Amino acid sequence: MIKSLVAVFLAAILTENYILSKFLGICPFLGVSKKIGTAVGMSVAVIAVMLIATAVTFPLYTLVLIPLGLGYLQTIVFILVIAALVQLVEIVLKKYIPALYRALGIYLPLITTNCAVLGITLLVLEKSAADASYTFLHAMVNALGTGVGYLVAMVLFAGIRERLEDADVPKSLKGLPITLIAAALVALSFLGFGGIVDGLAGGGV
Amino acid sequence: MAKKTLMGEFTKGIVKENPVLCLVLGTCPALAVTTAASNAIGMGVAATAVLLCSNVAISLLRRVIPSTVRIPVYITLIAAFVTVVQMLVKAFAPAIDESLGIFLPLIVVNCIILGRAEMFASKNRVLPSALDALGMGVGFTAALLLMGMIRELFGAGTLFGFSVMPSFYTPITVFVLPAGGFFVFGLLIALANKLQGGYRGRDFSCEACPLKSACTKKETEDACRD
Repeated sequence: MIKSLVAVFLAAILTENYILSKFLGICPFLGVSKKIGTAVGMSVAVIAVMLIATAVTFPLYTLVLIPLGLGYLQTIVFILVIAALVQLVEIVLKKYIPALYRALGIYLPLITTNCAVLGITLLVLEKSAADASYTFLHAMVNALGTGVGYLVAMVLFAGIRERLEDADVPKSLKGLPITLIAAALVALSFLGFGGIVDGLAGGGV
Repeated sequence: MAKKTLMGEFTKGIVKENPVLCLVLGTCPALAVTTAASNAIGMGVAATAVLLCSNVAISLLRRVIPSTVRIPVYITLIAAFVTVVQMLVKAFAPAIDESLGIFLPLIVVNCIILGRAEMFASKNRVLPSALDALGMGVGFTAALLLMGMIRELFGAGTLFGFSVMPSFYTPITVFVLPAGGFFVFGLLIALANKLQGGYRGRDFSCEACPLKSACTKKETEDACRD
């Protein structure tokens, strides 16, 4: 049990990294990764929303939609749940933890349409449908790992971009193109993690 | 509205305001499903269908939807059309459903669709909105197809599954891996920059963000920009 949770966690961070191998959440990855500070803020907000969204949608799907035969409504229901949750988190943070709101609140409006959040809620259901031993706990660990993987990729990349600002690149490659080429190199380096997770957990997930 | 401008609504999405290569929207599917040319077409057609339906519906309802709740309404409408398209693809093209996987439901959060709803369909009549949707859809599909063909050709030595490279050619696998996606996309945007007369300081900014007008927080705008 513990072993499989660790495997899920590590795989979510390294081999199944949402940004670098699954291409989810690319817009904020390219948009908000210019400074390490904003990259961390955005990622922490993503981790929180991913965890809350998975905690709500997973039981909602298995306990409500499936028994009622409404599984086909999952896309509509999930996006509405996520949009409502983001609003709620914003209101609660503003009222009770204003300091945290000042640090993370500004990223919340960007998260509703972040495909990584909708992606994790849909992917954990796909995984649990494929594997009966994949429980709610696995889903939560998976969401946490995915969020941490998001943070790792964002911070790594923000560091590279701060250096890129000073680099003398050809005119046509300035801005976005060179950023994408740098992302290609980071993604390439993450390929190397494939073997590590397999070795640690004794067989991939 | 004159014929000429109607035509303009259609053609602008294909080259001048190409959603992927010029406005840099919808990057996630553009990178993820372009490992093969056939996937790219499947994604392009599915997204175009959703875009057309949502633009027409939102344009028809533009006087009915209260502006304070318009974004949730748009998202719900788009999600409904995505569900319909998802069911149709599952029923009639299961192979496409298999290869697009999670990216089919994720059309909901494709910024091109919400962006066109917010920036165009909510302000224009039905016919221009439909043409705008078709143009943007064709532009999206064309960009995806271009990327898919490049990646499939170099990464697997095939096009639409047919072997086209000479037998001594060893496929460069990295092109179909995630890293190759970023690389090809970067080069294509560089090319688009070059063709449009070099770098014009265009980058990710609030100008391209579909939620720009809904975004009321000054700090969020700053976080996006700096």
